[in-house]
Amino acid sequence: MALMRWQLAYPEQPIPWKVFALVPMLVGVVVFFIGRRKGPYLSMAGFIFIGIGLLIWYFVLGETRMPEGVMLPEFYNSLGAMHGTIMVFLGIVPLSVGAFGNYVLPLQIGAPDMAFPKLNMASYWVFLLGGIMMLSSFFLPGGAAQSGWTSYAPLAVISPGQTVWLISMICIITSSLLGAVNFITTIIQLRTKGMTWMRLPFFVWAQLVTSFLLLLAFPPLEAAAVLQLMDRLASTSFFMPSGLVVSGQVLTEYTGGGSPLLWQHLFWFLAHPEVYVLILPAMGIVAEVIANNSRKPLWGYNSLVYATVFLGFMSFIVWAHHMFLTGMGATMATFFQTTTMIISIPSIIILTALFISLWGGSIRFNTPMLFALAFLPMFGIGGLTGLPLGLAPSDIHLHDTYYVIGHFHYVVAPGTIFALLAGIYYWFPKMTGKLLNEKLGKVHFWGSFVFMNGVFSPMFIQGFAGISRRLWDGGTTYLHAQPYLYLNEMISVSAWLLGIFQIPFVINLVWTLAKGKKVGDNVWEATTLEWSAAPSPPVPHGNFKSEPEVYHPAYEYSLKSNGRDYTPQNEPLKG
Amino acid sequence: MEIPYTVSPRPDTGIHNGKLGIWLFLASEVMLFGALFSTYILLRTSAIDWPLGSDNLNVPLGTFNTLILIISSVTMVMAWASLMMKDFKKYKLYMGLTIFLGILFLVVKIAFEYAPKFAHHHYPSTNTFFGIYFVLTGLHALHVLGGILVNGYFWGPGSKMWKKAPQQFINRIEIAGLYWHFVDLVWIFLFPTLYLL
Amino acid sequence: MENTDVQEVKRHIRVYLYTFSALAVLTVVTVAAASLNVAVGTGIFIAMVIATVKGTLVAGNFMHLFSEKKLVYLVLIITVFLFFVMLCIILSTINDQVLSVS
Repeated sequence: MALMRWQLAYPEQPIPWKVFALVPMLVGVVVFFIGRRKGPYLSMAGFIFIGIGLLIWYFVLGETRMPEGVMLPEFYNSLGAMHGTIMVFLGIVPLSVGAFGNYVLPLQIGAPDMAFPKLNMASYWVFLLGGIMMLSSFFLPGGAAQSGWTSYAPLAVISPGQTVWLISMICIITSSLLGAVNFITTIIQLRTKGMTWMRLPFFVWAQLVTSFLLLLAFPPLEAAAVLQLMDRLASTSFFMPSGLVVSGQVLTEYTGGGSPLLWQHLFWFLAHPEVYVLILPAMGIVAEVIANNSRKPLWGYNSLVYATVFLGFMSFIVWAHHMFLTGMGATMATFFQTTTMIISIPSIIILTALFISLWGGSIRFNTPMLFALAFLPMFGIGGLTGLPLGLAPSDIHLHDTYYVIGHFHYVVAPGTIFALLAGIYYWFPKMTGKLLNEKLGKVHFWGSFVFMNGVFSPMFIQGFAGISRRLWDGGTTYLHAQPYLYLNEMISVSAWLLGIFQIPFVINLVWTLAKGKKVGDNVWEATTLEWSAAPSPPVPHGNFKSEPEVYHPAYEYSLKSNGRDYTPQNEPLKG
Repeated sequence: MEIPYTVSPRPDTGIHNGKLGIWLFLASEVMLFGALFSTYILLRTSAIDWPLGSDNLNVPLGTFNTLILIISSVTMVMAWASLMMKDFKKYKLYMGLTIFLGILFLVVKIAFEYAPKFAHHHYPSTNTFFGIYFVLTGLHALHVLGGILVNGYFWGPGSKMWKKAPQQFINRIEIAGLYWHFVDLVWIFLFPTLYLL
Repeated sequence: MENTDVQEVKRHIRVYLYTFSALAVLTVVTVAAASLNVAVGTGIFIAMVIATVKGTLVAGNFMHLFSEKKLVYLVLIITVFLFFVMLCIILSTINDQVLSVS
């Protein structure tokens, strides 16, 4: 992303590749040689740094394709498409569902493992295969996919690099399906004794709804990917209309008769629920952190649960609000505007309940809590700026401008990513038995918070000005864009600074792993089972030493029953 | 701690893990084939003219294959019933028959349907009818192949489990059966849609 | 279906055989019905009704759905509902275009 921003802000200046490539490689080599004596974690980090350096080095070689340091449009498009794909399908979903779900979920419901451990491994390997294929497409002759993460037909059918994208997507989808089957079975079947539905931590509910979305929304995209693959490899015309003219010539290898809109429908039938796949686990993490650090039960737990389930259902019938500009008639446009406005209600219920949960709490401002607190207004901005996009009249102006980029990045970047960081800081002691450094954590938080907003808030202004999101030169040739191009510089500088402020985080992880002090099993004094019933880190096979039994709802804080302000789920009330 | 409810059903849901897992998987399969059916309907309704399946495809062979799959469903469920009656020999027989019928289906499909199509220069790219025909039947054939592999495992090396953990083995056969019947069910809808209408 | 005694299984087997004969007959019927010269719409309707009956027989008897637990019903009802949502909304949206492409 930072490379894309550099391109837009300083189109004339070459990117100082060598600085960015050599510095991490040098750091990596130094860390590796020190680390060989100090511990395996440090030398692993050395490898990671060297890897980053090598990756950038590859782009140095690619400089031959970029005269005067300016990327060619094709390469910019590839970066754009792969940024979206990697962040959504290889970044956030695997991290929030695959990693946190897999690790925390069995612990929170008192299960020894996921229901199907072998299926879990299969899901992981298929995912890895898809991920490696996706990344390797940069190095293949045709380059990486260029048609955006949405891969709209017919452009995607005729542009290079798309075949590998489709095959890797089929792998990733299969992996998600296997994962979803596993998650749902685990939640329904492996809840421990006494863990009734309304005693589940909210994170588990969020994962359950997310898994259902993955299970039922992903197959249509798999079907669509197969069809697009057929269009590319066997010259079928599922998405190719009759008489398509490209560069002044009618395409003769396609018989036509297909429907490009069909791709959009099948794609968005997945991709709108996918938006909630990205945000629901984040809400779950935030709910855990907020309840724990405000030392209060979650406000309106039941309405949170019902709102989440309702949100999951509704997310299946709003998808065409991404398609108002495809010539949709007034009847269906009205239908989708209505459902879109309805789906904002459960989101607002969730956000409100989380805000009210803070009221009257004795809040501990530690790093996970800071990230969770920042999530609330950031997600609020992301959600509210979505309303104009859900209404056809305003969407017609804002569609495909930077406003859209600003909107959904506010949801997923300072929204989901902050929640994921909160989760990492919160559950790190569970995974390793060591607490991350608070000072470095706070530096990381404030730096990220400021510059995250620096990156995405100017995009709203650019979007209102009508600058299209897909221009490789950022719109320098358009008159209406001229007054707002200076914002690109602010965005670019913020993006690089945002990257720099992740360094304390990496240092924090490595340093804590190698040198951090051991802490107790329940360092946050939490009520949920993963803290109160399992050691940190949990028992390698089976998580728990003995099967825990649950007596309470998930968030019994401030009861003062056992002489403490929290009552773990597996501890009966005394007196 | 061991993973609970792998063999015996969980009291409040009444089913064991594997059965819930396979039903969830089949639910996703419903959506997969459902999306392709939707594609078929959409392409057909928006086409100016649509070739009739009965003019272009081999209806007798399709009917034959339909019956093959239905019979294989019966033998599959009989394999499970034989295990329930503790008759391992009959299980081997019925399971072997199921696998044989599955292979027969694929042979008819590929050698007697696809090959003549290609010989007559009917490719997926000929028109959208043949496109969706090859995608739907091809994907279905892949599912049949998957079923044959799973059943083959339970007929051969996987059947050792019968001696060690009979109840778990019965569960596995039931689950493999659910998948196999689903593949049959998909074909029951594919056959009239593609061949007859 | 666990712990079912032998009598029960034998009763099941009879059901399987009846189901098989019904499926075989219906397969012949659907082919025969297609060879009648009815309008395309009527033909689709007849074929889909027969296919649905056959599908119900397979799911209900072979897959034991007639005696399955509530949880499985719940999953399947959600799925089938969403399938129809997908089908109907896609069709009605594509048919509701400001500029029809043809």
